[in-house]
Amino acid sequence: MPKLQSLAEFEQWRVACRAQRDPDRPCLAVCAGSGCTAAGAPDVLAALRKAVTRAGLEGSVDIKSCGCHGFCERGPVMLVWPEGTFYNRVAARDAGDIVANVSNGRRPVERLLYQDPITGARALREDDVPFYARQQRILFGNNGKIDPTAIEDYLSVGGYTALARVLSQMTPEEVVDEVKRSGLRGRGGAGFPTGQKWEVMRQQPGTPKYLICNADEGDPGAFMDRSLLEGNPHSVLEGMIIGAFALGASEGYIYVRAEYPLAVKHFRIAIAQAEEHGLLGQNILGSCLNFRVHLVQGAGAFVCGEETALIASVEGRVGEPQQRPPYPAQRGLWGKPTVINNVKTWASVPVIINRGADWYAAIGTAGSKGTMVFSLVGKINNTGLVEVPMGITLREMIYEIGGGIPGGKELKAVQIGGPSGGCIPASLIDLPIDYEALTEAGSMMGSGGMVVMDESTCMVDVARYFMEFLEEESCGKCFPCRKGTQRLREILTRISQGKGTEEDLSLLEDLGWVVRETSLCGLGQTAPNPVLTTLRYFRDEYLAHVREKRCPAKVCRELITYEIEPTLCDGCHACVRVCASDAILGEKDQVHTIDGAKCIKCGACLEVCQPKAVLVH
Amino acid sequence: MSTSPNSEEILARWPDRAEHLIAILQDIQEEHHYLPEPALRAVAQRLRLPLTEVFHVATFYNCFTLEPVGKHLIQVCLGTACHVRGAPRVLDRLLRDLKLSAPGTTDDFEFTVRTVRCIGCCGLAPVARVDANTHPHLTQTKVPGLLKRYRRQEAAQAAD
Repeated sequence: MPKLQSLAEFEQWRVACRAQRDPDRPCLAVCAGSGCTAAGAPDVLAALRKAVTRAGLEGSVDIKSCGCHGFCERGPVMLVWPEGTFYNRVAARDAGDIVANVSNGRRPVERLLYQDPITGARALREDDVPFYARQQRILFGNNGKIDPTAIEDYLSVGGYTALARVLSQMTPEEVVDEVKRSGLRGRGGAGFPTGQKWEVMRQQPGTPKYLICNADEGDPGAFMDRSLLEGNPHSVLEGMIIGAFALGASEGYIYVRAEYPLAVKHFRIAIAQAEEHGLLGQNILGSCLNFRVHLVQGAGAFVCGEETALIASVEGRVGEPQQRPPYPAQRGLWGKPTVINNVKTWASVPVIINRGADWYAAIGTAGSKGTMVFSLVGKINNTGLVEVPMGITLREMIYEIGGGIPGGKELKAVQIGGPSGGCIPASLIDLPIDYEALTEAGSMMGSGGMVVMDESTCMVDVARYFMEFLEEESCGKCFPCRKGTQRLREILTRISQGKGTEEDLSLLEDLGWVVRETSLCGLGQTAPNPVLTTLRYFRDEYLAHVREKRCPAKVCRELITYEIEPTLCDGCHACVRVCASDAILGEKDQVHTIDGAKCIKCGACLEVCQPKAVLVH
Repeated sequence: MSTSPNSEEILARWPDRAEHLIAILQDIQEEHHYLPEPALRAVAQRLRLPLTEVFHVATFYNCFTLEPVGKHLIQVCLGTACHVRGAPRVLDRLLRDLKLSAPGTTDDFEFTVRTVRCIGCCGLAPVARVDANTHPHLTQTKVPGLLKRYRRQEAAQAAD
């Protein structure tokens, strides 16, 4: 297809794309996100293709491989359009029935519908499933409808209309003003108002100007940015092109983690398609806007999420942060004015332009507008990606969307914001999720990782885990972060081994305060958060470790012992077979015992014991 | 069978500018699964950078390694979700079964164990990726079977 030279040509093409999409034609949309792929989505897709061919329905039933639908726990998941029938835990052997039912009066395959674990009722569509019912998916909603590698699909759901509108009806100042009025704040972590950042950038005299999309999603336990890039890359690209128009930027970069090969592939395809159709390059859609986008792959460094470190990495150097000011908007990439925004921030821009700042600002709370995407993981029934309006409470997130804690266990804490965030205790479950409320509770919004922990999670162990991560990821440039994270980790390790003292707790607090106040960049400044919040809310648990040398959650290896309860043991020998250190004694059909001197506390016996006779003290 | 491109061929794909250093190293790593010393020297010469700076970048980023890897690369996810669902026990078992004291390569070069922070499959935690395959919901008792499967695969290929 030739390059589009004007807005009129774009409109013609858009109408043609829409017309090509027959609203009544059945379409089987299978989630091909990372979770569903690992759960077997490629086999399902292949089986569906075969079944369609066998039924002679080629050309009358479409099959799409889509981006992440969010409900990873139930993968592979799929939707059958136009009805929007939602199937979960689909296997290749179900393909025949799915296709047969589509051609035969479009009846749903009952057994593949989501079943409520309590009432047993089946849900027909996504909106009938509690996991989806409370969500408001303005960024992720199209993931289940489009093939991310087809620009025509994006157009058919209204893609690039925001860009056309900006080019035809708005001045750059009006675009900045619209973003400002929407109340959008940076979705990467710090929550700086996007419109304000853009305004500072516009006022800078230097040229050329650059803009960067930060897709270096480093928080362990977070995969929202990846899913958006994999599932709807054009929405991010459209936001960047609108940003280029508003900010006068001529070059853009997207910095993606190399660990996300599918996101890299889909975004490269999106760039190539946009260039081919004249949505990138010289005189975009016949306007005076010139803009190119380059993709740079990150090489695995958590600190590169920090904007000055990211810039250093794009320039090919080690990702060490710089002192700010000057801010990147003043002196950024190659010393030129640069604006950096997160993936979700860019993807929010077309939505704001299309629906209007007032519509967007009506969602959320006084200080936090719009929706936020979380990856809800850990000890939770419904693991997955959720997009919710700001201000929703933790209770709604965990019990209504998340379906509660598995095994009837008690909620203990929620870790929000990754290693830079903090642990919110179960007692604050009615806390609304917005920037200010989370900061006040000692945590932060971060980029949206939400890890749920239950009574069997040890908070000292969690703090030690994060500190180990941060010690590894500290770039080493400034002393407080380099040495502080190391010392904090050493003290936490000591406590988890039962060698800590009460003085260690105040030492943790003092040291945490110093690291927070004196580190160069955001990594060090937020590094003590997991320690300080767990100390603030779970002091008793720390005290049990140092005073009684006891781990209440029975996690810290040095403080627990394994034992077999003789009245429960049925002598099945399963534990004896898996024991790595030959520590379990006893003949088959006789009660077994554990030799404490030999036991390495690996827990293998606990995993295999059917009558649950292995006890941890 | 195609011959693997050497460092010169990889360098020829990129303009001789220092900003492409990371991308060039990524290409070399993809080809050899590690960064051989002669390749680092060639890169430094071509980009007119001190070898120390190339080494600085090669050792700063997690995705680069200066050591050769085994036939199968096992990446154990230690993301937060995997951690709270028992990944450390899986890792311990893996290291024990492969007789490694820490993540690294076995003496027979069959397996290399590495830890990674989040591969984005938190819904399937704990997970490990062996070569290109993601293995969900691991427990330590599943580890011996997993290793056996890749060893058998190896034996089957050798027999072909």
